[in-house]
Amino acid sequence: MQALYAQLLVGLINGSFYALLSLGLAVIFGMLNIINFAHGALYMMGAFVAYFLLNNMYFSIGYWPASIIAPIVVGIFGMILERTMLQRLAGLDHLYGLLLTFGIALIVQGVFQNYFGSSGLPYAIPEELRGGMNLGFMFLPIYRGWVVVFSLVVCIGTWFLIEKTRLGANLRAATENPTLVRAFGINVPRMITLTYGLGVGLAALAGVLSAPINQVRPLMGAELIIVVFAVVVIGGMGSIMGSIITGFALGVIEGLTKYFYPEASNTVVFVLMVLVLLVKPTGLTGRAA
Amino acid sequence: MTAMTDDTLPAPEHGIRDEMIVFVVMAALLAVVPLTGIYPFFVMQALCFALSACAFNLLIGYGGLLSFGHAMFLGTAGYFTAHALKVWGVTPELGILIGTAGAAGLGVITGVVSIRRQGIYFSMITLALSQLLYFIYLQTPFTHGEDGIQGIPEGYLFGIFNLAKPTVLYYVILVGFLGGFLMIYRTINSPFGEVLKAIRENEPRAISLGYKTGQYKLLAFILSGTLAGFAGSLKVFVAQNASLTDVHWTMSGEIVLMTLVGGLGTMFGPVVGAFVIIAMEQYLAGFGQWVTVIQGVIFVACVLTFRRGVIGEIAHCLRRSL
Amino acid sequence: MPDLKMADAATTTSAASAAAPVLSVQNLEAWYGESHILHGINFNVNAGQVVTLLGRNGAGKTTTLKSVMGIIGKRTGSIRFNDQELIRTPSDKIARLGVAFCPEERGIFASLDVRENLLLPPVVRSGGLSLDQIFELFPNLKERLNSQGTKLSGGEQQMLAIARILRTGARFLMLDEPTEGLAPVIIQQIGHTIARLKKEGFTILLVEQNFRFASTVADRYYIVEHGKVIDGFANSELSANMDKLHTYLGV
Repeated sequence: MQALYAQLLVGLINGSFYALLSLGLAVIFGMLNIINFAHGALYMMGAFVAYFLLNNMYFSIGYWPASIIAPIVVGIFGMILERTMLQRLAGLDHLYGLLLTFGIALIVQGVFQNYFGSSGLPYAIPEELRGGMNLGFMFLPIYRGWVVVFSLVVCIGTWFLIEKTRLGANLRAATENPTLVRAFGINVPRMITLTYGLGVGLAALAGVLSAPINQVRPLMGAELIIVVFAVVVIGGMGSIMGSIITGFALGVIEGLTKYFYPEASNTVVFVLMVLVLLVKPTGLTGRAA
Repeated sequence: MTAMTDDTLPAPEHGIRDEMIVFVVMAALLAVVPLTGIYPFFVMQALCFALSACAFNLLIGYGGLLSFGHAMFLGTAGYFTAHALKVWGVTPELGILIGTAGAAGLGVITGVVSIRRQGIYFSMITLALSQLLYFIYLQTPFTHGEDGIQGIPEGYLFGIFNLAKPTVLYYVILVGFLGGFLMIYRTINSPFGEVLKAIRENEPRAISLGYKTGQYKLLAFILSGTLAGFAGSLKVFVAQNASLTDVHWTMSGEIVLMTLVGGLGTMFGPVVGAFVIIAMEQYLAGFGQWVTVIQGVIFVACVLTFRRGVIGEIAHCLRRSL
Repeated sequence: MPDLKMADAATTTSAASAAAPVLSVQNLEAWYGESHILHGINFNVNAGQVVTLLGRNGAGKTTTLKSVMGIIGKRTGSIRFNDQELIRTPSDKIARLGVAFCPEERGIFASLDVRENLLLPPVVRSGGLSLDQIFELFPNLKERLNSQGTKLSGGEQQMLAIARILRTGARFLMLDEPTEGLAPVIIQQIGHTIARLKKEGFTILLVEQNFRFASTVADRYYIVEHGKVIDGFANSELSANMDKLHTYLGV
């Protein structure tokens, strides 16, 4: 029974990353109409920035500041990408965005692979979050519990920002009709850049959260992003809350599969995607491409 | 919003005759390769990829669907052919047939699922399906996982042609490539191809004219997958193995890159692109992961500044369709 | 009638600049993608006037408004607003100069509720209507604040579209077919609103198919045909030009 709960926890953790990443993808897709293939690579960058902040010759910045600095640094990097490259794709077929961000992903991944090979770098769990608690039905490592809780908080915070605030209203309106929003006097191009930065920052944050659990590896984002694509196809990108719930749910399902039928654990999300496509092609929350 | 191939497809003048001339020139050039000093293995590999890229291009250039999972056809056919040759001991032509049939079957199954969405979703779905297959192949015993199927016997094609001899193998591959190429050409210039192009331009309009666009797209998908599979089967003889690399998403990415560089939606673009990328990879073989970086740079550069690709630019200058 | 107390500065400005037109469009040509829609639009709008662009469908009236707003593809010529050249200015900067646009399709955002729709356009000048003043003008909006924007009826959406640009403080309004598809009662209400705004010193550029409605508020008419302004006359000259008008509009 312990093993089941342990797998459930792993599932929740993976679900946290699925949620954070698919949330970022959905937000970016809404505003830019681009599927950001580079999302996985930027998630990886977030982890690496945290690693660099901790281990370099000049200073050592720990987990807590890193979890703010890394998303900002990667977010700025993303905004530069958006300004210099993605903006030029404005009137073109959406597929060019996929190709461009795919190329960016290859570049980022390749560069990191060149310097760090394929092996993983260690990142220690921060002191305050070490150890675990005995909950009776299972042993809960504190850091892992923290990942799930913090991810939930960030996801819900993002949802709140988008759905309930004035800034979010601007964003939602610009997603629907950017031309009109601009004609009201709002600087839509800047909003688009910032949105990309936000989406990418979420990915980087997920990377920092993931660093102490999974090792910091150049390829850590590549396989993850394809699963996140499947998550996004299943959930649809129509609603923020939908992306969050789908992400967590699929993580849990994956975890349960690992317990009951381990051979299928790395394919269950894809199989579910096939099933959803056959039954409800527009995804669970539905929004036509 | 401009469709991806609006840039690359100018109004053709005397289109078909030009293309036939180029085809003959291409075939002639390729036919004399063994007589030059060029390493035939390189050209054979390039031809296999060229055919896969042409098959991929059928779908995007003329159907408007960007498949990011074509490796699954390449790899599936490769595995089926390799297994048939090595374990069942079939003749080469039967091996190729089995591999191609496998890819066709895969095309039907994945097509039915993928065609339900368009645009970006379609691309993501093909990528995810290809990854699903990768994991399946990783775990099924017949593929031998990370090792792959090695040491595949060459045999005699149709009992006559000794595939162990490089020159013979080369011409077999060449014939296969030219055959596949012509098949694509015929498809594009047939009534079916015209409908496909119409669907790419304006699907709602095609539907309102009474065409069952879903069926057309599915058929194009299956055809594209089958031909990519055929290329994969041929590749088994060249590489003498079938491995996980062939089903990995990076392989799909390479096929996309080849077509992008050569020119989406042009007939000869994917061929040129394949040769360029394979040559580049040979040249940069010692540079490790920099190849990945350079591929990424080429992607970015092409999308931003060179969308028409090599053949597309040439065609645009000459105002022909190539 | 609700009492719309605006900043005094606004009304004095319109008196002072009675000489120079608020909007001066010269030789405006515009393209929508490859299509060359406007072939030379020329007209002026003076302060405090309501100017109406009349013309058949496809003549280029909406394209003219969009060109002034800067949301069309390519424009050449001259668009001077309060003596500032706008031909190369992006739309958000144009809005911040005090130009407000109410599009034909109304542009109510489905993913926003009524309150959010109302508050979306930023305030670009002092002297815009406060929320209370807006609710006095359009009482039914107050009851529907939490409804999703597109759940409103056509008339209510039109009210909302007009209300939200009144909040911004912009004194030059461009309204594209505000009465299209609306019931006579609502049309009357819009007519009263425009008359009221005119009294307060707003300058309004109107596009209308409903000629009878336009005649209740307009000071001046310009006829647009095939992307050109082919005629113009004041409201006082209306009866003299009725025959010409019938020919132009094909009614």
